[in-house]
Formats: sequence, C-alpha cells, structure tokens
Amino acid sequence: MLNVNGLCTEYPDERGNVVRAAQDVSFEVPAGKLFTLLGPSGCGKTTTLRSIAGLEKPRSGEISVGGALIYSSRSNVFIPPNQRGLGMVFQSYAIWPHMTVFENAAFPLQVSKSRIPRKEIANKVLRVLKVVALEDLAEREATKLSGGQQQRLALARALVMEPPLLLLDEPLSNLDAKLRERMRFELKRLQRDLGITTVYVTHDQSEALALSHSVAVMDRGRIQQTGAPREIYERPANQFVADFIGTTNFLQATVAANGGAPGLYRVSSEVGDLEVRATDTLQPGSQVVVSVRPEDIHLSERRPAAGSNVLEGTVDTKVFLGESVDFRVKVKERVLQSRAHPSLGTRVGHPIHLSLDPEKCVALKDIPE
Amino acid sequence: MEAASGPRLARIGAFRAPGFELKWLIIGACVALTLYLGVVPLGFLLWQSFFTPQSAAKAAEFTLGNYREAYASEETWLLFWNSLRFSAGASLLAFALGTLLAWMNERTNTPFKALFFALSIIPLIIPGILFTVAWILLGSPKIGLINLALQKLFDTDAVFVNVYSLGGMIWVDALHYSPMAFLLMTAAFRSMDPALEESAVMSGASVPQVLRKVTLPLVWPAIFATLLILFVRAIESFEVPALLGLPVGIQVFTSAIYQAVHRYPSQTGLASAYAVTLLVITSVGVYFQSRLSTRGNRYATMTGKGFRPRLIDLGNWRYLTVAIFLAYFFLIVVLPFAVLLWSSFQKFYSVPSMEALSRLTLEPYRTILGYPSLMRSVWNSLLLAVSTATLVMLVSAVICWIVVKTKLRGRWLLDNFASLPMVFPGIVLGLAIMILYLYLPIGVYGTIWIMLIAYVTRFMPYGLRYNTTSMLQIHKELEESAAMSGASWATAFRRIILPLLKPGLVAGWIYIVIVSIRELSSSILLYSPGTEVISILIWELWENGQYVELSALGVMFIIGLFFLVLVAQAIGKRFGIREA
Repeated sequence: MLNVNGLCTEYPDERGNVVRAAQDVSFEVPAGKLFTLLGPSGCGKTTTLRSIAGLEKPRSGEISVGGALIYSSRSNVFIPPNQRGLGMVFQSYAIWPHMTVFENAAFPLQVSKSRIPRKEIANKVLRVLKVVALEDLAEREATKLSGGQQQRLALARALVMEPPLLLLDEPLSNLDAKLRERMRFELKRLQRDLGITTVYVTHDQSEALALSHSVAVMDRGRIQQTGAPREIYERPANQFVADFIGTTNFLQATVAANGGAPGLYRVSSEVGDLEVRATDTLQPGSQVVVSVRPEDIHLSERRPAAGSNVLEGTVDTKVFLGESVDFRVKVKERVLQSRAHPSLGTRVGHPIHLSLDPEKCVALKDIPE
Repeated sequence: MEAASGPRLARIGAFRAPGFELKWLIIGACVALTLYLGVVPLGFLLWQSFFTPQSAAKAAEFTLGNYREAYASEETWLLFWNSLRFSAGASLLAFALGTLLAWMNERTNTPFKALFFALSIIPLIIPGILFTVAWILLGSPKIGLINLALQKLFDTDAVFVNVYSLGGMIWVDALHYSPMAFLLMTAAFRSMDPALEESAVMSGASVPQVLRKVTLPLVWPAIFATLLILFVRAIESFEVPALLGLPVGIQVFTSAIYQAVHRYPSQTGLASAYAVTLLVITSVGVYFQSRLSTRGNRYATMTGKGFRPRLIDLGNWRYLTVAIFLAYFFLIVVLPFAVLLWSSFQKFYSVPSMEALSRLTLEPYRTILGYPSLMRSVWNSLLLAVSTATLVMLVSAVICWIVVKTKLRGRWLLDNFASLPMVFPGIVLGLAIMILYLYLPIGVYGTIWIMLIAYVTRFMPYGLRYNTTSMLQIHKELEESAAMSGASWATAFRRIILPLLKPGLVAGWIYIVIVSIRELSSSILLYSPGTEVISILIWELWENGQYVELSALGVMFIIGLFFLVLVAQAIGKRFGIREA
C-alpha cells in the first residue's frame, strides 16, 4: 500500500547547517496495517512522516501510495500535500479555533475539487463524527472541546475524506496519562474496524508496542530495526534498539565457543560464563554485548535445581512497586536489575541466586558509540 | 475506502493545478508592490538630488550643485543647528514629561489613574495641525488668549508668551508628543521587576548603589530607545515648524523642504538634497533603535514574569502629583479644545468676555458646511483612509506570511524593504513620490491615486507590525492541516490564515484609517485642486486666515476622530477577550 524507498530528507537549521533528518529510509506498509515509526526526539521519524505527507520536500528517494507515485527524485515527481489526499492528525491537533466542530470536520469536503453537494457533506460529516463519538457536539465551538475531544475531532477531520492512508504524528502525546491509555485502545479499535492503512509516529515505546502491526525503530535519521512488536522486544538487532525499547541490562562479553544448539553460544562475561542466543554468526574471541531484560532474570533464595546461566549475588537495593518488586543485585562488580514477584522478600545485603534463560540473553555485536 | 482514493492519486500529471499558480501570482504581486513602493521613490530621490531642475528649455544634467549649494551656504548650517536644537529640545521635554507621568502612574499612589490612560489616545484624536493652531490662538503675541488675558489683568502691553519662537515650537511639539513618551516609559517601568532592586537591597547595597548598579543599567536601554524614537519623531515633525517657525524665519529641514518646493521656480533638487540629509539622520536613528530593541530582548527574558510592583505611598505629596497631572491634562486637552470650541462660535476671532459671549453664533459652522470643497475633502479623506487601510492590511498579511511562515531565501530582505518607509519623514516621502510621478508618465500625478500610493507606502510598516504579532501566534500545523485536507494555498489563506489574523487585521485597519485621515505632511506636496483632504482643507483655511471656520471644522473633526477611536478600542477589547 505505502512504499518508501531510499528516502533522504534534509533541511537547514537556524544557523544554516544542513540537518540530515532522514537518511536512506525504506519501508513498506501493507494495506490495512498500522505501521509505527518509533524513536527518540530528533531521530527523523516526524520528518519521514512529513515527507510522506508532502509537507517536507525530500532530497532523494521514492514514495508511492497504492501503486501511484507521489514523490520520486528520479522521475522528478512531487505532488503537493493538498493533492495527495492523505489524512493527517497533527501533534497539536491543529483544530481551527474560528470554526465549529462541524465546520472543522467538513472543511476537507468543502475544499474538495469534486464539488460535493451540501447535503452529502452533512451526511458524511455526521457519519464520521459518530465514529469518533462527537456527533452531539457538532455545533459547538471547537475551542470549547476538551483535549481528548479535540484529538478525536482531528481524527474525524483526517478520516472524513476517506483517505487511502492515515498519518498520525504523536497524536496522544498531549493528553494526560489516563486519557492517553484510553485513547490508545480507542485508536486501535478504530484502526482495526476501519481497516485503514496507518503510519503512526511516536516516541513512546509502550504505545508503539500496543498499537502496531509492525514497528520501525529509528535513530539519528536511520531505521535501526523493523519488525513486529514482539520481535523487536525479544530480538533487538542492536544495542540502541535493546536500550530504547523497555529496560535492559547490558553485559560485556567475549565469545568462547558455539553452544548446544544452532544460534546458541557460550560467552564469558563480566558476571561469569553464560549461554546466549544470537541472530548473527559469531566468531570465537569476538567482543559482544549481552542484553538481558529485568523480567528475564529469575531470582530465588534457594539454588535452582538445574540449568545453565545460574549466578550468585547479593541484594543491593530494592524498590517496591506494588505489582512487582525491582531488585538491584550485585554480581561480582556489576549491578543487575531484575523484576520479581512481590512475594520475594529477600533482605538487602542477603545472598540471592539469579537464573537467566539462554533464549532471552541476546548477544549483540559490540558497536562502539 | 481505498476506492475513493483512486481518482485523487491518478491526477499525478496535473499537479501543477491552477491553485498552485494563483499562489505565486498573489505572492509575486505583493512582493513586487512592496519592493516598488519601498525602493523606487528612494532611488528617484537620490537620483534627483544629483540633477539640475528640468525645464522646457534645458534638460536635467548631472550636478553636485545641489549638495554644494546645500552645504556651502551658511543657511544650511543654521538649518542643521535649528533642527538639532528643536528636536533635542522637544524630545527631552517630552521625555521628561512622559517619564514623570509614567512614574506617577506606575509606581505611586497618585489618584485619577483611569485618566492617565485616556491620555494615550490624545495624539490620535487631536491632529498635529489642530493642536498647533489651538496653541497659536492661545500663545500668539497679538491674538493669543494667554497674552490678552494677562495684559488685561496687569494692564500692560507686554508680551508674556510667544509661540512664534524656538521655545514655543519646542513647547507645543513636546506637549503634543508627551503621551507617546508616557506610553513608552510605562512599558519600561512595567518590564522592570522591582524584585531585582529589592534583591540588591537585600544583598546589602545602599540606595545610590542600587540605582547605579542595578536600576540604571537595566532601564538605560529603554531610556535611550525612547529618547531616540522621540528625537527621530521630532526631526520628522512638520506642522509645528511650518506653522510656528516659518512666519518668524526659523527653518528646520522639514519646513525648508516645503519652502524649496513652493518657491518659484520650485527647487526640487535643493529640496532633495535637504531630504537626503534628513533621511540619513532618521536612518541612523532607526538603525540604532532596531539594534537596541534586539539587544533589549536580552533584558526582557530576565523579567517578563507577572509581578505587582509595590506602590510608593506619597502621603500628602500626592496632592502635588495630582495637581501636576491635572495641570498637564488642562494644557494638553482642555485648553486647546476649549479655545477651538470658543472661536468656532464667534463671527470674528476674539477674547472671551461677557460682550463676546453675547455674540455667540453658529455662523462658522454654517459657513464651513457650505464651503465648496468641504464635502469633496471629507469624501476624499474617507475614500483614501478606507482603501489605504484595506490595501495595507491585506498586502502586509501576505508579506508577513512569507516572512514568518516560509523558509524562502532572502525573506529578511523583504521584511526590511517593507519596513523601509519607516525612515521616511512624511514630507520626504511626499517629495520622493512627487518627483517620481512627475517623471513617470503614467498619469498618476495630480490625481487621488498619487496620494493613495503615498499613504500605502507610508503606513505599510504599521500594517506589517500589526500582522506580525498575530501571525507569530498561528501554529504552522493549523495551516498544514488545511493543506492535508486538500485546500490550495489561496483557500487556506482565505479560510484559515485571514480569519485567524482577524484581531490584528481589524485593530491595524482602524489604526491606519485614523492616521490616514489626519495625514498632512505627505499630502501637502501631493494634493491638487480636486484631491484635497480634510487636513489640507484645514491648512488652506489657516493660510486664508479663516480662523473661526477652521475652528468649527476642527471641532467636528476632533469629535469624529474621538468616536472612531472609541469604536477602535471597543473592537480591540472584544477581540482581546475572544483571544483569551
């Protein structure tokens, strides 16, 4: 449905230096799927989205929607944003304060080239307002809406012309935490019900994991990894992705030998010998970084019966969070973070055993910063 | 859903639709107009200053004679010296008055505070020419009420005050523009957080130390900027030097330009040389002023927080301050208006007395309403004011959009060109435009169009300032979302940008209507029979010595302007509330 190929976008900053906002960005979104661009601020995700919208002019690359080319540096095609017919929700919602709810949602139809009869506009607008549950507020002034309502109105305005592609630029970031959580489900339900192809931009990893069919993690203008949420979480391609998505422990290690099964390796790390999983082929003797998530480190006071990757340490600090307890356990010179069930009550300073599932210890090639 | 997208995306080849070109047409036209208005008259003025006058017998030739004549003669240095003394005197006096009033209003418990801000609209309501005329009726040695009253009181022939002097010019001009100083210094007092002084006191500094190390360094930029603005304004002043200085031979640059043009044969070359000199002075002033205001931001960021200054309790001294204020109010509003009102009910101008009271008549009003060119002048003034305001606000909205919202290269240059007319004193602009259209045979000279061109040029910077303030508040996503909705640039501009600019547009429109209606110093060189405006009519009545008719017209004019300003403020308030 959406194809982005080799997209490069740059713009001059205030001092006239060229900012390479997106570099060689390529991805594909199948029809009906929700695709997320995830990354810290300044990673180029918004620039990529705005290039798809046509609000930024890329330097090179190719973008097509539904097989039709909307941008190509090679064939010199650039369709201006107002002729791309895409729906977009802005971070600030960009609700026009001088119009009512109805007028805001009707605007795209009113300015449409194919003159739509007034009656049909009214029907379409009311239908879309109903979808976002704003039909009772149609005549209200747009500025009188709450944050969540404005967000839904922005969505209605983007949907009213039934675009082939919906672009969402951090649509939930201006809402308070409770509302954000609710809107997250709303948005997911709506997208799944309408089956509209969507590109979603966010810096919030839990939002990305919750909503998306597929996620691209971006950093410094480049896509670091693309994959399904679970894949990204469990098999990060590099240190950046592992660090950015969720929390993790990084351990410096040297590859010792191949492990018991294909893809498994034995390494000697700062905390001792470990069996780890790797997607790349590793040479013995090479340096790697092992990523282990806190919830994948099992703590027990008694030594586990069997299995590899069992370490010993002492409890350094612990934080009670209600549904879980965060332990910081000192193993040799390192402090590892671990999440445990609140029933575990080992005191600070007492010894504890850690067992790490080899499948969840991901060896990443050590890339110097 | 996807079926609907088919035709939209299929129109790839046709993406340079008409809307796309309309955008460049409008932008191009506005940019061209701005450049033309801002740059061409200046170029012609410079060019003209290097040429001999053109006559039927002889073509214009290149010469440095104008400058030689202008600078070799002792008269010019006298002119320079007079201008300097007049401007320095007027700006310092206005500054002293304005600062005192601002301090009384902002930092003390002087009563009648509501009246203070009524002051700020006085210069808008009483045009310079009427204020000057009123003060002639008060302070002229022969017919001035003050002299006549004092002479009667002391039974002498001595002349007590004489406005036909440098001191008189400074007094009248400073009084008229002191409200401007008041507003500027009020802003300065407001932006200074007393906590900065208090924290210096808490650090153990003595009062003189606080003054020297904290207060003065902080307010110095504001003081200097205010003085600069007032000085530039005084040197551009035309009405006071023309009416008070010329009869007794005290010339300054503005009045000298007027005289050079009105001599026979008119010496436009010499006038241009004077004008260029004046332009250099005002440009330097405006340049320093703009540098100060950019540097001023450094100070603004430190304060800007809301604070309520502690008011100094003056105790019984507040009777003195309120007396000062009332005296001031009397001099600037009551007395000038009263004298105009009085003389507007007289058949011949005379001192108030029981006898004169019995001769009150409506005759001047009857005469002026039947005056042949009155209706035409009123119509011309209204037509010019409304079209100037409309044109300026719309064109400057587009210019402002380019400057604020696009990343077009060279857009700062456009901003500077559009603001260029700010350095033109009214009479210099009038001269430049006069010369330009004398040479440019497009049939504009001698019509009302030339005045429209002058007004639009002159007030474009005001429009730009009003629009910039509101344009900066419009989030760029509001416009981008219109583009994403499929709106062309022109549609987005008409349906999103202009409505959102409305508060600034309306406020700026009314302000420009008011200042256009009172415009004199450019019009005086550009009008011709049939294209008179109200202020020109007042000027002519003055030259004819028809004081009572002038007073009647002045009273009606002031009342009309008063209602316009009231409407402006009411509208401003309404939009202000809507904005919040």
